[in-house]
Amino acid sequence: MEPLPGIDRRAMLRGLAAAVAALPALGTMAAPAAAAPAAAATLGSWPVSTLEAFADTLVPGERRSPSDRAIAGAASGPGAVQAGVITLLTSPDLPLNPLLPGIAALLDARATAYAISRLILLPLDRPPFVGLSFDHRTTLVTGLFRADDLDRPIWQLLAFLVGLAFDTAAHRHTAQALAEGHPGLVWTGFPQPDADGLWRYPSHSYGTALAEPHPATTPSGSPA
Amino acid sequence: MSPQTTDVLVIGSGFGGAIPAYHLAAAGARVTVLERGPRLATEDFTHDLDLGAYPRIVDVIKGDGISVVAGNCVGGGSVVYFAASLRAPSFVFDRRDASGRRLWPASLSRAALDPWYEQVEQALPVTKLDWPDVSYAGGVLAAACDRAGHTCNPVPVAVDRARCTDCNWMLSGCRFGAKRSMLLNYLPAAEAHGAEIRPLHEVQLIRPSTVPGYRYAVDYTTVDPADYTCPTGAGTLHTKVLVLAAGAVGTPVLLQRSALALGGVPPAVGGYFSGNGDRVSVAELDEGKVRSLLGLARSATVAYEALHIGMPITAASFDRLDARAPEFSRFTLQQIYFPTVTNSLAQTAGGRWSGVAKKQMRARWRSWLTVLAMTEDEAEGSFGVPPLTGSFTRLANGLGLGTMRFAPTAGTRRGWSEADTHARAVLERDGLATVRPWSEDVAGTVTAHPLASCRLGDSAAISALTELNELRTHPGLFVTDGAAVPTSLTVNPSLTIAALAERACPAIAARCAQYGVAVRYAPSDPLTGATRGGDIAAAARAVAARAGA
Ligand SMILES: Cc1cc2nc3c(=O)[nH]c(=O)nc-3n(C[C@H](O)[C@H](O)[C@H](O)COP(=O)(O)OP(=O)(O)OC[C@H]3O[C@@H](n4cnc5c(N)ncnc54)[C@H](O)[C@@H]3O)c2cc1C
Repeated sequence: MEPLPGIDRRAMLRGLAAAVAALPALGTMAAPAAAAPAAAATLGSWPVSTLEAFADTLVPGERRSPSDRAIAGAASGPGAVQAGVITLLTSPDLPLNPLLPGIAALLDARATAYAISRLILLPLDRPPFVGLSFDHRTTLVTGLFRADDLDRPIWQLLAFLVGLAFDTAAHRHTAQALAEGHPGLVWTGFPQPDADGLWRYPSHSYGTALAEPHPATTPSGSPA
Repeated sequence: MSPQTTDVLVIGSGFGGAIPAYHLAAAGARVTVLERGPRLATEDFTHDLDLGAYPRIVDVIKGDGISVVAGNCVGGGSVVYFAASLRAPSFVFDRRDASGRRLWPASLSRAALDPWYEQVEQALPVTKLDWPDVSYAGGVLAAACDRAGHTCNPVPVAVDRARCTDCNWMLSGCRFGAKRSMLLNYLPAAEAHGAEIRPLHEVQLIRPSTVPGYRYAVDYTTVDPADYTCPTGAGTLHTKVLVLAAGAVGTPVLLQRSALALGGVPPAVGGYFSGNGDRVSVAELDEGKVRSLLGLARSATVAYEALHIGMPITAASFDRLDARAPEFSRFTLQQIYFPTVTNSLAQTAGGRWSGVAKKQMRARWRSWLTVLAMTEDEAEGSFGVPPLTGSFTRLANGLGLGTMRFAPTAGTRRGWSEADTHARAVLERDGLATVRPWSEDVAGTVTAHPLASCRLGDSAAISALTELNELRTHPGLFVTDGAAVPTSLTVNPSLTIAALAERACPAIAARCAQYGVAVRYAPSDPLTGATRGGDIAAAARAVAARAGA
């Protein structure tokens, strides 16, 4: 079936936005990926586990099963993966979908280079980044955020979104996410709303004067 | 088809746009406002961190070394801001550059701006908080300041306390009609005087008009309300006087793109970009010590655990605003709440923003206290080659890549370091908390207070605008937003942006009159329409005289 003309135009404009965005790697990878929208719709299992492993390095969690490879199991409790990072990255609210295989490939390429330079033998049954231990993933990822890393803007954007998945349940309505027990919101202790889905705090203050105001405060409450 | 025309075209509807829109409409001019973002009303604002919610009205724009948070809706930043409404301290207006030149025009001092500040405080209006309005978080900062031998003030806010529920969702717009944004005062007042506000209209280019009697032509595109990357149409408006108020990350980019068509723009356009010296830190409080050292508790069992409760900004210390202190050592330290959107930026004791320890830190989120220092910076940012359309390359609603670059100078870093040292002295005393600034790894330095990218001043060498906000090379083209503010302010900037926009109105009216628009400007209150006398009227007459009226 032909895609709807409107949707086609949107995808094109988004690809263009990414291409002019001074993101060298994204720019070159956007074109082939965008040309094959079908592939983007069903992100393969390798890119998914690479992206999961990246997210798990930033906000680590416990393994989903003993055979879990993407999650390193470095921390107890849920991490970014349980919080729904893949659902967020593939959300229609973001234009990332066609770019994700390219980003995962970039990360795997970095992992391969990292492993070769340190004589680390990578298992062949999983993507290179997933083949690294949590400590090595951490060292590699830390390096991606150095000022001289050419692809730094990509990792910054990706890290921002990983954080959003865990800290804000960005792919769900907040009240709904809380009702469903979203792992990130529960972990941080995000408060529950009133019955109407809105937040209010009738008790919000210690209620008494706790410091002297500055002597030069002007009548409207500003500094002099 | 006859061309679309107006007397005064305003680009952007934040503080800088809404205020001239009101006064010029009230003065009798035909006013049209073009605003890139959508128009939402009180009942449309939601309490929701879903990507389909707040990114409709607020953008994160990532540049090189700096990220900016800014409004994208009718009302601009006033809809999403935290409403702290402070006048800038006197010494700010006396700041000079390395070669000794005044950065502010000689005509502008705190005293000269005071009548305009007062005008805005009454128009919004601004409320002086009392201690029972100060959040638990603000209370902890105040008590910690007091214990360390410092003062701390409740912060004046543009909030109707009778309507406020202390919900702490200000970034999402105010669902209770309590925050006094431009949607509740200047903009409806402008419309009552016939101004037309067009949302979802993004201006792309400014050029000379070819229609006789009109000076500037402005080309815009209309954008899809569901997807701002998608244009739905285009048009051109011709105007006699142009007021550019697209914000400090919008205005310089528009002028850069229009430079060729306009026959050049002043060299200071897009230079001197300032993040207002913003420096955010997260203090992890020791709950036991909140109780034992500060004597605070909000219940029998809980001392604090209240980061998420109350208005986002309620208390600030002015102790480090001493005019006699050296430059880069002066700042305001303020309690602030940022939605969990920014949690990634917090750092652990080991200086890490990710990993196992950071996840543990997230589990203590309710015991965080976030503080914002607003320091003196050197306005060292600049804007690169403009993108083909818009002010930045939009990746999605709420997210864009900008061309601004900010590499902090030694002076700016000194300001941050002084503020860090002070925050630690106040909050780490006797182990009350551990304080660490936000990491710069993910987003560079982060500011919600972009300024100075098209600044006013007396010297053409370092300012793009005259002392009355007119683009030096282009009579009848005024810039009245945060871009016009020449330096960081050491306080939140909205009241200063608004006061400068108020002050520009008699000058804009004078130009209108020169260009044959019948206007009668008098300073007046947008809510009541009452004309103002006294200091404000005198200040307005003085400005009009300097503008050659
Ligand atoms: C989260 C947050 C909290 C804040 N809290 C405070 C606070 O407590 N106190 C304080 O003083 N300040 C605060 N600020 C800062 C304050 O909101 C800004 O300083 C202020 O809004 C700037 O006003 P402005 O008129 O310069 O620009 P804006 O308010 O940003 O208005 C510019 C408008 O122009 C529109 N625009 C841009 N480009 C175009 C174009 N090409 N065509 C048409 N329209 C365009 C934008 O959509 C926007 O509506 C906060 C800001 C944020 C984001």
